[in-house]
Amino acid sequence: MGEENKVILHGVWASPFSKRVELALKLTGIPLEYVEEDLQNKSPQLLRCNPVHKKIPVRVHNGKPIAESLVILEYIDETWKNSPRLLPKDPYKRAKVRFWTSFVQQQLFDTMFTVTKTEGEAQRKAVKEVSEKLQVLEEGIKELFPNGNPCIDSQNIGLLDIVILSLLGPHKVQEEVLGIKIIDPEKTPLIFAWLTAINQLTVVKESTPPHDKLVALLKFLRENSLKSSA
Amino acid sequence: MEQVQLLGMWLSPYSYRVIWALQLKGIAYEYIEEDLSNKSPLLLQCNPVHKKIPVLIHSGKPICESSVILEYIEEIWPQNSLLPCDPYERAIARFWIKFADDKGPIVWKICGTRGEERQKVIEESLEMLKTIEEHGLGDKKFFGGDKISMVDIAFGGLAYWPGVIEKVLGRNLLEAHKFPRLHAWTKNFKEVPEIKENLPDFGRLLKRQT
Repeated sequence: MGEENKVILHGVWASPFSKRVELALKLTGIPLEYVEEDLQNKSPQLLRCNPVHKKIPVRVHNGKPIAESLVILEYIDETWKNSPRLLPKDPYKRAKVRFWTSFVQQQLFDTMFTVTKTEGEAQRKAVKEVSEKLQVLEEGIKELFPNGNPCIDSQNIGLLDIVILSLLGPHKVQEEVLGIKIIDPEKTPLIFAWLTAINQLTVVKESTPPHDKLVALLKFLRENSLKSSA
Repeated sequence: MEQVQLLGMWLSPYSYRVIWALQLKGIAYEYIEEDLSNKSPLLLQCNPVHKKIPVLIHSGKPICESSVILEYIEEIWPQNSLLPCDPYERAIARFWIKFADDKGPIVWKICGTRGEERQKVIEESLEMLKTIEEHGLGDKKFFGGDKISMVDIAFGGLAYWPGVIEKVLGRNLLEAHKFPRLHAWTKNFKEVPEIKENLPDFGRLLKRQT
């Protein structure tokens, strides 16, 4: 098989954005060649494929590159017609999924980074903000899980599940390193049940690095961040 | 007939994105101008999460976030399509729509800043415009080729705001010799009848910024 049909993913194992695309490709059973990028020394292929942002993930198929994890996921959904479909068929339900995906991406991601990279008052403020946003999300996803019980399996897992997993899937790692409760099953029971359900899927377990490796990574990133802002 | 309402605000380029999409597809709608200093119960009910415009209400169902609304409009009313058919071309279009969402807003910060901060914002804006000039447009009439598309709509605010900002700053921002493609695009975009007939009044915008 020549270059034409190969799917190549340029990613970084530690990146939640990279993990999203890896997981989606695993779920759809699309064979891929994974290229681990060194962000301190980006490959010429990466720079050529994403000249605008020079970032991962970048997915290359038939020699054509696509950048931005959410754009890649929508592309995957449109080109592979077997299950799982990452977005619902109904346009209004699709709009809901896109709305909440945007909410997690824009309202939660940056604030969670602040929680992991700061201490003292800055961290307390960010933790409070995350908590408030999670309450909004808890309320919002009630219409997505009307029976109050998120049943996620490898056939119905979708875009929003993948996105929330990429941010808060490793919440136990985050809680261990930071000594802060991020997902409280009493305050946000639906989000807690949702994350638990996603994390239990075999395909997710197989894609998730070992707990200790993630703890070491987060400690390293946090220490670096605190040092550089000191 | 299905009822379509748009909660919008004349100052907001995000509001205009939805107006342009509805106009280009020939969809009849009721426009409701919101006073953002005194938000209506309808807005607060339809967008409890962000309490922001634009909100599209279709047969009583609210859709929020302009990019989400644009995709919804495209799916419900596929005539005069605003996205390419080919999935790869659609991915490229979505890449630039996301760029417009993530990086575009820097331009709106120019008038609200002063001194060193303003200079920094101007430099970042010029970088952003340079990226569009070099990587986004090519030598096509519009972002997607010969026909106006969702990407042009997403960048639509850039077709009229820089002119206002230049008047406020007293200097050029989007100089023709530095940004020939963007200049040509601005002209092409504003000549599309549905856009030409639906642009905010320049004088009113300027008065608001000064």
